[in-house]
Amino acid sequence: MAAAVAVAEPKTKYDRQLRIWGDQGQAALEKASICLLNCGPTGTEALKNLVLGGIGSVTVVDGSKVEQSDLGNNFLLDEGCLGQSRAKSICSFLQELNDAVKAKYVEESPATMIDTNPSFFSQFTVIIATQLPESSLLKLDSICRSANIVLVAARSYGLTGLVRVSIKEHCVIESKPDHSLDDLRLHNPWTELKQFAKSIDICDKDPVVHKHTPYIVILVRLAEKWADAHDGQLPSTRQEKREFKDLIRAHMLNVDEDNYKEAVESSYKVSVTPGISDEIRQIIDDSSSEVNFSSSDFWVLVASLKEFIANEGNGELPLEGTIPDMTSLTEYYVSLQKIYQAKAESDCLAMEYRVKSILKRIGRDPDSISRACIKTFCKNTRKLKVCRYRSLEEEFSSPVLSEVQKYFADEDSCFAMNFYVLLRAVDRLAANYSRLPGQFDSEIGEDVPRLKEAAVSVLSDMGLKGSSLSEDLIAEVCRFAGAEIHPVAAFIGGVASQEVIKLVTKQFVPLNGTFIFNGIDLKSQVLAL
Amino acid sequence: MASPDAAAAPPTEPERWRDLDILLSRPGNLVHSTFDPSPGLRDLIGSFVEVLVVGAGGLGCELLKDLALSGFKNLHVIDMDTIDVSNLNRQFLFRIQDVGKPKAEVAAKRVMERVSGVNIVPHFCRIEDKELEFYNQFQIIVLGLDSIEARSYINSVACGFLEYDSDDKPVQETVKPMVDGGTEGFKGHARVIIPGTTPCFECNIWLFPPQVKFPLCTLAETPRTAAHCIEYAHLIKWDEVHSGKPFDADDTEHMQWIYSEALKRAELFGISGVTYSLTQGVVKNIIPAIASTNAIISAACALEALKLISGCSKSVSNYLTYNGLVGTHNKVTEFVRDTDCLVCGPGTLIELDTSSTLSEFIKMLEEHPKLLMSKASVTHGGNNLYMQSPEVLEQMTRQNLSIPMFELLKGTPFATVHVSGMAESNGKKVSSLRKLRVAFKGVEEASKMDTTESS
Ligand SMILES: [Zn+2]
Repeated sequence: MAAAVAVAEPKTKYDRQLRIWGDQGQAALEKASICLLNCGPTGTEALKNLVLGGIGSVTVVDGSKVEQSDLGNNFLLDEGCLGQSRAKSICSFLQELNDAVKAKYVEESPATMIDTNPSFFSQFTVIIATQLPESSLLKLDSICRSANIVLVAARSYGLTGLVRVSIKEHCVIESKPDHSLDDLRLHNPWTELKQFAKSIDICDKDPVVHKHTPYIVILVRLAEKWADAHDGQLPSTRQEKREFKDLIRAHMLNVDEDNYKEAVESSYKVSVTPGISDEIRQIIDDSSSEVNFSSSDFWVLVASLKEFIANEGNGELPLEGTIPDMTSLTEYYVSLQKIYQAKAESDCLAMEYRVKSILKRIGRDPDSISRACIKTFCKNTRKLKVCRYRSLEEEFSSPVLSEVQKYFADEDSCFAMNFYVLLRAVDRLAANYSRLPGQFDSEIGEDVPRLKEAAVSVLSDMGLKGSSLSEDLIAEVCRFAGAEIHPVAAFIGGVASQEVIKLVTKQFVPLNGTFIFNGIDLKSQVLAL
Repeated sequence: MASPDAAAAPPTEPERWRDLDILLSRPGNLVHSTFDPSPGLRDLIGSFVEVLVVGAGGLGCELLKDLALSGFKNLHVIDMDTIDVSNLNRQFLFRIQDVGKPKAEVAAKRVMERVSGVNIVPHFCRIEDKELEFYNQFQIIVLGLDSIEARSYINSVACGFLEYDSDDKPVQETVKPMVDGGTEGFKGHARVIIPGTTPCFECNIWLFPPQVKFPLCTLAETPRTAAHCIEYAHLIKWDEVHSGKPFDADDTEHMQWIYSEALKRAELFGISGVTYSLTQGVVKNIIPAIASTNAIISAACALEALKLISGCSKSVSNYLTYNGLVGTHNKVTEFVRDTDCLVCGPGTLIELDTSSTLSEFIKMLEEHPKLLMSKASVTHGGNNLYMQSPEVLEQMTRQNLSIPMFELLKGTPFATVHVSGMAESNGKKVSSLRKLRVAFKGVEEASKMDTTESS
């Protein structure tokens, strides 16, 4: 049927992902340029996932030639590539996956590139650095930080590996959490909502109307009734909340009224603490919300939000403006929808006014933040996220000791902490002996105590004395000898590519530290150090 | 796994498989008790292990690649679907020119082209079309599916091979392990099922709650959302207008009709939000899917398959959930077996009189409260006692219907039989496969039941 079609319509081709990150997310991906350092299986798998999704361009930096061992763990190479540039070969196979993507390559070792041509990296949106030793990674991190480029470091090592995100600050408006409470304002209904609720007789004797009165109306009315009988207070103690539920049930005409069941289930929403969550409070009070000419749009919006809360908002955030589906007559539901939408629009208008005046104050074009952007922001103010990452230098020289100790004390995190320390110890040993511990069968016996010694020195540099490492894991890491096992590389590369998508689309929340893969029992952990 | 001859032969292509061989040839402290590391282990796995991949979609493509690069050389893949344009954002083995071709065939061909030495046999058919014995040739079955019914079916097939000894312990040679993966957007799961030891799919069926459907009265009388308008056009209006003509979700004209009807209805009720994309999403029940999550979950499944077969490390115990929405959240949960499980347990006990015929037995299955199975086909130890289809088999086995089961089962007091037919699940008729323990009244004490002799 469609076999004759030569090119796929992007809308159709990307349908399954557009349903997740929308046209805006897709547009951000298509604008992004990604640089991959080292195209072993870990890096290649990461790029493969991004190319399939239609990332703008990829540039592969790798100085090696394809060897036999590449054919055993990298799917994007075959016999025909032996002896040729690995970067070039990978690029031509990547291009096959999606011709909308520009795939380029540079035949150069990443370590040399980092040492000799740091300005090369400033042209990219994201750098994915794979299989790099600590020394190169530290230099690259400082290059990326000063140019404000996102760095995602990934490494596969036997049955373990890691992914680390590094950027000074990453602000998310559309964090799209799995579960979030509906923004119904039942604890603090505004005039129009109260008026609408009053216009409906919740004691209507018509059974059809009674069982199709939306629970929002039931709760607004009964909360008012409750408050009248309790000195203007809403139910707050457990006992009161129970009594409030009984009050709702007392208004049922029949046991099978779904709207009343929904009202009982949602009754806690009238008792929500008014105002702003601690997390959002922290963002509003952040020093970055004192904006100036060079502030980002995100912080200008936060500054406006702060003013909104103190003025029009009366201590509340702008209303989101959407309601969940609920048992209701169509006309009641549609009217409620309009009431919520109208309030959201008026909040958004007030925000727009504040944004413009702040932009003007800091010397920027008052129209430089679009109305659509302000609207998106208003719809998501309860879910804003600010992620800040310490530099690798900071993490290595002064880790958060209390966190480290906590991780060592927990069984699952302890495994991850061991891997973290051992992978760093591997790099130290490799720097001294020019080979990985366990690389040669004949020297495993000597390498085990050497690796342990190096690991103890990593620990003591972190300021930890006496934390004990697992002998089993020291032996395992020696056994692994840096092998890149394809499924492990595919897992790590998969995680790296997913983080890139979140960072580029500025949707969802990227991982907040170092993800340590545990291929032994799959109990992987994220360490925030 | 060890065979002295093969272990003595020098390993093939040691340079190419250097990294994998490190894992398979070196001893470790955190490995499975059966692990027997040797330089020849990879070749042993390559020669003697057959793996079935069920599904050649988002997970299946990744699984075939991952398994082919994990030392497995004999793979089969089964999938009844053909390639669609909307697969191309993640099913990386397919190109735009492949649209319309069978997924299993294209996927097998592409992986064989890239990874020399691997052989993949494609099966372009429904999983129910295969005889049970087909599934018995595999040492491990890896599932990359998006349907609960299909998972449930394969699970019952694999658990159907399981036999218990007289102490109710699983007989090792009859254990057919499975690794199951699933994804939805940024979320996914990977699990290991060892029938008789870890919970089977049916033991924890509550993990997959059936999809909530809108009540018809809401669609007909009080629509409130765009989805209600779409489902009205799809489930009510279509049949009213197209008397008897079945709706085909893959026909763009049909979908356009639903969309325009839904729009009309939305306008009538003042409801906003009906789009063509949403119409497709609601009608086809589209699950959003992205390449990265499929890659992550498949990699976990392939790694578990490698660990189960080689013993080179411990196994996940026994259910991994992954969530990339906020950070990268991994959680391993150790679920427990339901010892009364109808699927992975020793089997539902059916007591028969020695005079009961096969046809009476089939009738009993329809009325049995735990089975409610209609149109049952019956097999015993790989032999067909009665087959409903295909026609040739039906004719060949028809004469058995009037023979007493006791005679068909060669006068053994207890026997394990497999029955497959249609059963009701969540209001839908689905293919169902059950293992039954048949005991004959008055022949021997039920407490001495021994099912091993049935094989
Ligand atoms: Zn079970």
